[in-house]
This record gives sequence, C-alpha cells and structure tokens, in this order.
Amino acid sequence: MTYSAFFTIILTPLVILGLATVLTWVERRLLGLWQDRYGPNRVGPGGMFQAVADGTKILFKQDWIPPFADRGVFILAPAIGMMTVLLSFAVIPVTMGMGIAGDMNVGLLFVLGMMGLGVYAVVLAGWSSNSKYALLGGMRAAAQMISYEVFMGLSLLGVVMMAGSFNLHDIVAAQAGVWFIIPQCLGFGVFMLAGIAQTHRLPFDLPEGENELGAGFHTEYSGMKFGMFFIAEYAGIVLVSSLVTTLYLGGWRGPFLPPAMWFALKTGVMIIFFILLRASLPRPRYDQLMALGWKILLPLSLLNVMATGTILMLRAS
Amino acid sequence: MHALALLAASVTVVGAIMVITRRVAVHAVLYLVVTLLALAAVLVMQGASFAAMLEIIIYAGAIMVLFVFVIMMLNLGQTDSTREKEWLRPRAWLGPGILATIVCAELLYCRRPLSGPAPALAPITAHDVGLSLFGRYVLMVELVSFLLLAGLVSAFYIGRNRMGRH
Repeated sequence: MTYSAFFTIILTPLVILGLATVLTWVERRLLGLWQDRYGPNRVGPGGMFQAVADGTKILFKQDWIPPFADRGVFILAPAIGMMTVLLSFAVIPVTMGMGIAGDMNVGLLFVLGMMGLGVYAVVLAGWSSNSKYALLGGMRAAAQMISYEVFMGLSLLGVVMMAGSFNLHDIVAAQAGVWFIIPQCLGFGVFMLAGIAQTHRLPFDLPEGENELGAGFHTEYSGMKFGMFFIAEYAGIVLVSSLVTTLYLGGWRGPFLPPAMWFALKTGVMIIFFILLRASLPRPRYDQLMALGWKILLPLSLLNVMATGTILMLRAS
Repeated sequence: MHALALLAASVTVVGAIMVITRRVAVHAVLYLVVTLLALAAVLVMQGASFAAMLEIIIYAGAIMVLFVFVIMMLNLGQTDSTREKEWLRPRAWLGPGILATIVCAELLYCRRPLSGPAPALAPITAHDVGLSLFGRYVLMVELVSFLLLAGLVSAFYIGRNRMGRH
C-alpha cells in the first residue's frame, strides 16, 4: 500500500463526516428559503457555524442508556449505521485516480451489500430500545428497506447490462457517449425512489414518522448516539447522490471543468434535489408506500430489465 | 494471506459457536451475521468475490434481517431465556460434542498443507457464475425456481385476506 492510498483512506471518512455535518445546516437554510423564512442565520456568516454549534451541543449532552434496553445491541446499532455508509464510499470513484477502491470488480454489489447491512442499524435500534414506538419504527424500517432493496438491485441491472460490468470505473467509462440517464430513465426513476426509501428520508421516513411514532426507531437515543444516526442519514444522502452521479450522470465526465469538479457539481445538484423533495412532498401512508413498491416499482424495474436485455440482444445480433 | 484467511476462518468458527450458545435469540442472529460476513471474507480470499458479495447481500443483508423481523414480532421475554438456559445444560452438549469432534478430527487429518506458497487463484467473475448457472446447472436453477414459486404461492395462500370467514 502506497503512502497516498493510506492518506486517502484516512481522509475520506473525515471529508464525508464533515460534509454530512455541513449538510445539516445547508438543508435547514434551503428549507427556510423554499418555505419563505430564514432558517438558522445567527451563528457565523450566514449561520454557517450552526453545524459546529449543534455538534458541540450534542457532544456535551448526557448520553443516557435506558435501563430497560439491551445494552450491547443498543450501543452497536448507531455504529453499524455509520460504518456501513462510510464503507460504501470506498468503492465510489470520484475521478479516475481519486477514490479508494473504485476499480473493485464487484464494486456495485459491494455498495448494495453495505446498504443491505445498513438495515440492521435501524432494526436493531428499534429492537434493543425495548419500547413500543421504537419497535414499531424498527419493524416498518425492516419491511420498507428490504422491499426497496429489491427494486434498487433490479433497477441497477439495466446499467450493469449496458456497461457489462459491476466495476464502477467501467460503468463510468461506458458512459463516454451518452449518460445512462437517457437510455435508463426508467431505471433512474426507480433507483431514485428506492434510494430515498433506503436512506429513510422524507417523504419515505415512515420508520421515524414523528406524528405517530414519537421519533420511531431512535426514540430512546440521546446525545451523540442520536447524532450518529443523524449524521449517518446525511452521509447516506451523499452516498446515494454520488451513486446516481456515477451510475446515471456520467460520473466525472464533462467539458471544461476538471473531473473532480464535475463530480462534486453533479453530486451537489442531486443532494439539493433530495432536500427539495423533503421541502415539497407530504409523507404517504405506510400501506401506500408498500403498494407503490410492490405493485408499481417492481413491474417497472422488471420491464426495464427485459427491455434493456431485448435491445442489447437485437443490437448484438 | 494465510494469516488473513486463518483469521477470517477462526472468526467464522467462533461466531458459529456463539450462535448456538446465546440465550437471547437476537444475539444469536447477530453472531450468525458475523459468521456470514467472515465467510464472505474467506470467499474473497479464494478469488470468488462475486459469490462473497451475493452472500453479504442475500444472506446477511436480507434473510437475516427477516429473522430479526420475525423475532421482533415474537416478543420473547425472561421466561424464554430461562427455558433456553434449561435446554443448554452440559449434558445436552455430549452427543453433538462427540459428533463435532469426529468431524473436526477428520478435517484436521485430511487438511491441505498450509505452509508453502499459496496456489495461484483465478478470480471467478460474475460472467463465469452466470455461464455455469445457465449452462451446466440450468436444470437445478429451474427446479429451485419451481420451489421458490411454490413457496410464494403458499405464502400468498396463508396471508390472503379471508373476508368471508370473519
């Protein structure tokens, strides 16, 4: 292992954690803008240091473990959430040379696997809290995330078929002519919806639906353990945005600007789109969410796989 | 490489032992997840990274979550824990212990030499797996899909909305 690779491994989680922390402020400011109010604007220029103030506050809060909770699992759950998200970033290629293992031959599957393990964070938090709101949140999360994982995997198959590889470098390289968002627009739509459900973001944040479940799976969490769920959620947004960039928006490709800049720009636009969704859409009912998944998204993604396969076969013959 | 493979393999074994000795069902499932992840690591070191990723996605990421889901619905308590404790008396270990010792002794007897250079492993790609699944083993794949379809139909039958009955 070279010196620079080691440096990248240390630096990447720090950058992502920093980015996720800043995102908490960006989101609140943008929500304010779209809802015709200010948002946090007092700490530092434009309220920029709000994230630092929040972080300091949450670090010094009492870290309380309820006596009725399963102690070991209770502590483990937020760590799993954070770890799986951070590990997924290992295979995201920022540019040809930037990134830790962008050239891994099963890169895309690695991300899917880590997202699948991320379900444990929410489910175990719900179980170990030993409280009914948390348990209900955890059960909703398990059903929702397992279902949407299926559509996420299926929607990505189109991209994999067109690129002929699970390697994220190869997938970006295959988008030299036209970005996959155009031939794979159906898959892109399904992937976006599945991505929102997988990061349990609004409008699909039913595991924590606060109007009915208190705070859902993290009702019993306080202090930095809650903070870890919070930051992991924002890191999840960054992850899904950078995945969309890599898989559908041509990764680092683009004219004039340097490649890393293009990647950051596209990812940034996707993150802002995620926040806009939160600002504009109401939360569906739980049965509506599941019906949307199994009755609409599953047939759509199967259709996408079939159509892509047929076109590729016809083109080859 | 040997050291890494041995480490992953021993994590697998220790995890498996923990699975059968835990009294809280969720803890047992968590150790099973650890076992599966360590097994995936072993597979990666054998060059089968595609199979390893499938193991993580399907077994660790989906099936085990369903296990946890079911256990969450069962609402197990202190009584189950004590009953479990009763079942795991030292005497109950005798039979399985003897059988496991025989298998382990056999494994040790016919082990491959661990010293010397590791054999060069050709990585098994998704392409190879797909070709063998839909070439050589196509009949098996079809049979398994029949089985899955049967499971799906029976799950639908059990879970269907019985309007007339209530």
